[in-house]
Amino acid sequence: MLANYGYKDASGDFFITIDTDHCDGCGDCVTACPAQVFAVLDEDPNDPMREEPVAVVADDKKKKLKYECNPCKPGVDRPPLPCVQACTAGAITHSW
Amino acid sequence: MAEVNMAEATEREFWRWAETNWSNPEIEWRDAQYITVGIDVGSVSSQAVIAVDGKIYAYGNMRTGSNSPDSARDVLAFALEATDLPADRMNYCIGTGYGRVNVPFADRSITEIACHARGANFIYGPEVRTVLDVGGQDIKAIQCDEKGKVSNFLMNDKCAAGTGRGMEVFADLLGVPIGEVGDRSFEVKEEPEAVSSTCVVYAKSEATGLLRKGWTTEEVLAAYCRAMAERIYSLLERIGVAPAFAVTGGLAKNRGVMDRLMPMVGLERQQTEWDTQIAGAAGAALFGYALCSKGKGRQ
Repeated sequence: MLANYGYKDASGDFFITIDTDHCDGCGDCVTACPAQVFAVLDEDPNDPMREEPVAVVADDKKKKLKYECNPCKPGVDRPPLPCVQACTAGAITHSW
Repeated sequence: MAEVNMAEATEREFWRWAETNWSNPEIEWRDAQYITVGIDVGSVSSQAVIAVDGKIYAYGNMRTGSNSPDSARDVLAFALEATDLPADRMNYCIGTGYGRVNVPFADRSITEIACHARGANFIYGPEVRTVLDVGGQDIKAIQCDEKGKVSNFLMNDKCAAGTGRGMEVFADLLGVPIGEVGDRSFEVKEEPEAVSSTCVVYAKSEATGLLRKGWTTEEVLAAYCRAMAERIYSLLERIGVAPAFAVTGGLAKNRGVMDRLMPMVGLERQQTEWDTQIAGAAGAALFGYALCSKGKGRQ
């Protein structure tokens, strides 16, 4: 499942997509993110029949992604995002 | 000085929609194995759906009050009113929607994303691949498989632009009963341009300006409905639309927005006899049955 967390407002689209089919809930993104955007839950709140743990965007962050992620997204010379780099399964993508 | 009768003045609530309950007398609950309940406490409306062995037996649909636990209790009592089922006969209850953690008698909670996909799968049939839910304060776009399992979803709950609550505010502002908004919005000589913002606060002041410029009520409604359709489509576009396409939530009943949205989507939307507002609660009740059948019910 592609779980799109975030929002669209007048300044753009700010979504982090987690591909739950590739996520095994290892939690590497949780430790990699300097802004504590991610969390690992024992069960997927959007898929009650799934039994493995899964990463989600924390509830208190998903309406603030533009600001929370900003320090990792400089205007020029963009290094790879820590969360995207930490996820060896390639489950995390950013829309902006 | 003329006196205004305040009691009479406040009785004119143009935003108010009909609260309904229903039951299917042909379903016999007495020898059922599992009776499961789904409670969807949304930001504007609450629904309770009772399923008897995975078949929808009864539902109630009413406005959410200021207190979520009370709304959950009230809407379940409202659904039970349509039946002769005793409240203690229920085997499992799932809460969903904004107020899902505030349903005091729920055995567990499931997000409205999962529940709406499952509910739309039931209401519109297994061919549904894209579900658009336009609720009271958020918009959800969901793609699902033939079992109603979510494969891609997006929810915009940061801003209430283009949602049911905005429509209620407009109905009230223009003095048009909410059930008539759809038809009235097409009583225009020429389709006006959309209002420039769907933000309820901005759109409301823009509408007041348009009325002052001499626009008719119908033209203002048309302009707002178009803006809402455009807003909804911009979200839908992000995850893509695959047929069959179904709409749930209160806005599915408003043809002013839906008939303007569908040409943008380029598909027909599925039709149903069911109340489109019960999708979330229906999904929750059906999940309850699935969990009970798997032995994951109440211990």
